[in-house]
Amino acid sequence: MRLLSRKHTEILVKILCIVVTIVVISPLLWIIGKVIYTGLPAWNWNFFTTIIGPPESSTSGIGPAIEGTFIMNGIACLFGIPLGIFTGIYLAEYAHDSIFASVIRTAVESMAGVPSLIMGLFAAALIVENLNRNQPTALAGSFALGLMIIPLVARATEESMRVVSNDIREAAIALGIPKWRRTLQIVVGIASGGIISGALLAFARISGETAPLLFTAYFNDFWPTGVNQAMASLQVYIYNNALQPYSAAIANAWGAALLLILIVLGINIIVRIFIRPKYQEGF
Amino acid sequence: MLYIIIAVVVVIIVAVAAYVVINNHSTTPPTNNTLPAATLLGGGSSFAAPIMQTWTSDFYFANNQVQITYESLSSGKGQAALENNTFQFAGSDPPISVAQAQAYPNITQVIETCGGVTLSYNLPGIHSGLNLTAQVIAEIFQLNITKWNDPQIEALNPGLNLPDQTIAPIHRSDSSGTTNIFTNYLNDASNGTWVLGVGTSPSIFPTSEASGSGNGGVATLVNETTYSIGYIEFFYVASTGISYANIQNQAGEFVTPSLATIDAAVVAGAPLVQQNISTLIVNLPGSGVYPISSFTYVWLYKDLGYLSNGQATDLVNFLSWCVNKAQGDGPALYYPELPSSIVTLDNNILGNITYNGAAIKIYPANAP
Amino acid sequence: MTTTTRKTSHFFNLQDTLFKYFLIACSVLVVALLIAIFYFLYQDALPAISYNGWNILTGMTWNTNLGVFGALPVILGTLATGGIATLIAIPLSLAIAIFYTEYTPHRFRLPLRVFIDLLAAVPSIVYGFWALQVLLPIAKINVMLPLVTYLGFIPIFSGPAEGASIFLAIIILTIMVIPIITAISIEILAKTPIALKEGMTSLGATKWETVRHVGLPFARLGIFAGVILGLGRALGETMAVTLIIGNTFNWPFHSVSLFSTGDTVTSWITNEFPEAVGLDAASLFELALILLIITLAVNLIARTIINRVSKGRFS
Repeated sequence: MRLLSRKHTEILVKILCIVVTIVVISPLLWIIGKVIYTGLPAWNWNFFTTIIGPPESSTSGIGPAIEGTFIMNGIACLFGIPLGIFTGIYLAEYAHDSIFASVIRTAVESMAGVPSLIMGLFAAALIVENLNRNQPTALAGSFALGLMIIPLVARATEESMRVVSNDIREAAIALGIPKWRRTLQIVVGIASGGIISGALLAFARISGETAPLLFTAYFNDFWPTGVNQAMASLQVYIYNNALQPYSAAIANAWGAALLLILIVLGINIIVRIFIRPKYQEGF
Repeated sequence: MLYIIIAVVVVIIVAVAAYVVINNHSTTPPTNNTLPAATLLGGGSSFAAPIMQTWTSDFYFANNQVQITYESLSSGKGQAALENNTFQFAGSDPPISVAQAQAYPNITQVIETCGGVTLSYNLPGIHSGLNLTAQVIAEIFQLNITKWNDPQIEALNPGLNLPDQTIAPIHRSDSSGTTNIFTNYLNDASNGTWVLGVGTSPSIFPTSEASGSGNGGVATLVNETTYSIGYIEFFYVASTGISYANIQNQAGEFVTPSLATIDAAVVAGAPLVQQNISTLIVNLPGSGVYPISSFTYVWLYKDLGYLSNGQATDLVNFLSWCVNKAQGDGPALYYPELPSSIVTLDNNILGNITYNGAAIKIYPANAP
Repeated sequence: MTTTTRKTSHFFNLQDTLFKYFLIACSVLVVALLIAIFYFLYQDALPAISYNGWNILTGMTWNTNLGVFGALPVILGTLATGGIATLIAIPLSLAIAIFYTEYTPHRFRLPLRVFIDLLAAVPSIVYGFWALQVLLPIAKINVMLPLVTYLGFIPIFSGPAEGASIFLAIIILTIMVIPIITAISIEILAKTPIALKEGMTSLGATKWETVRHVGLPFARLGIFAGVILGLGRALGETMAVTLIIGNTFNWPFHSVSLFSTGDTVTSWITNEFPEAVGLDAASLFELALILLIITLAVNLIARTIINRVSKGRFS
């Protein structure tokens, strides 16, 4: 026995779905709103240019943390993006359903599923412990972040290249262009939008990862003077300040969170609104 | 469109690079009295963190290329990090134990400051004047006294209107020197009421009790949890407005924690520590003495040959500066100045720290 | 071509071969790195594996002084917070996915999709910090304390409720898992054969009935894969949980209440690692290895299903 007529069930379901969507999206707006509202007052010239001082002091800045995040992200991209792109190219163009190819594919997908804390512990065990006499180093942190970039970029590369129609490849063969040039110049050239968006999204993703940096780069109150030393980062800065009882520390943490969100969500919005729709099918 | 995005990204990267280069531009010309440039990482005791972080910051402004970072964690974390060489120095409230001295014979310690541990609580309407004794505190943390209006607490506070609410004791979740001070005080002063033992470990306390990470974490929890009580280093509560109790000392007085009363304990305890640097100064006899006071130590290696020359020089100079020249910063943060007998003791220890066997130069600006 | 006499084709072959092997080398390097993760974790965990035996999985106390390293409470904490969060996320994600595919006007599709993806993009430390500063006080006063007062006789709702709790961890994990399941559900639902949908419509079915009788059954395998993927993410989440879960071994053996503090494997390792030496540290590595195996297994199951589904085998 039906409780509601079919028409009313339809309306009820529609309303329910709308309500759920609003309820689920609202934390996002809430977070963004709160971060902007509480974080913006902390922003001043001093905030961006001074060293990190005692947490209770309101004249502390986050300068070294900003620089540290960019340096570590930069090094991570330097080694993670090329490795990811080349692996993606291999999977898209050269791998032909062999066992070897499925091993590679499984490995790439598994790496995507490794928790960031584990990446950090691995980098700590490999670099900090074995190679660096237990000294904290930003290189280990970058290494862990780079490992997280590889599968993201590889996947984006492979997907973008698969979408390129075979006509192009056949035309290249007809013109006598060697395979490596065909792959690199032509197919990658066409897929470059997808690859770049994958790289940008990966950059945004690792900007928010804290756990890999905790036991590798530790923390440093001062401007980096090299890469083989402990280094500050926005993420660890927020974590350190989160449990402090001082209002100045919390206010500064909100300010840092605002900067982080601006970078991460900014990249995401740009990529998803301006680049992705051109390169994805079925939108 | 794509090229616009790429252009924007390139511009951002160039801007960041320029920012980096501008900010790393050093403005201090080197002289013969300037300390060598070096980066050092240390940390540990959150009990000492407020003054240590002020000192590292001030030292940097005085000596532009010396970057010493102190991480506020817990004494246990500092000790572990020093032992496996991640930190070059550790802040630890407990002195080096006999077992640790055997396992790590190359570690030594200096006293850099002293402070007090308060019993802080969150009772709406009652912001001061709560009197507590060691027995009562012990029973609260052993979950034998469960309500704020328990007769034992009321007996100590006839003038207060204590609510009929369950007490929420909060302890440290990490391996904490403040826990060590607190449990040693209870052990000493509660006449056998405290039976859970002493040490830094959180497993001393009943598992169902709430806990926080670092003095800061406990302070945050006490601030947010009504009817809670926790043991927190004095600076954290004095600077954030959390209420703290008057503790009965050996002389029977209910002493309010303050710079003066903690200083009284320090002065009373200095001769004992001079004889044995590992003596704890909790529950000392004397009038006006705050019973939960303590010295706190910086641990480092006796021979700093494993570091670079610059690092070793800077570390020893920094510690010497803290002990000799910067004690005046302490009182504003509720850390009494070290008595001169302790300063002399420290200078002897610092003087014996070597670099591959050779003495380390202490610059005049940092010397006694 | 075997009949060619041009030198250039050999040269091209050389370039091609070099490039191909370069690509293979990169890919092999990636595999090697993955293996290296296991290897180094295993190396550092070795002393503890023989010392702990099964106790690491079955023991209920972790006491460094006594040399006892039992991690059952935190393993249960990870499984429970991740599992319950995923379960709660399923109907919510499906509702959004259905709304997106069936009811959203086309011009709102991009903004909605962007919002969902942004939910997934927020850094986990910002989630954790916001949960600690904003969500915790509000949830404590408006949800936890009233529930304790009125339903406190039920063990899982019993007090005391201090704020940091398993409950709050579940909430924040749900928020983080929803976009993952939603994204995959949207993709799979979009692949429903048009013919079937049009058939339903021509029979007079409403949109909901179409989804319910055609879309969902068709997509159920893919949705299941998405759910498993979301579960994998929830199991491995660290920073969002560490700040708000209380970090004690309270749950579930001392108190089954959802409002009690507890711990997950990731936040336990994060808090304990800096002060761990010797066997303690090795046991933490062992725990990390266990977590790695669990999350990888979960992820591989999901991806196997997704691969089968995208190749067209829907059952």
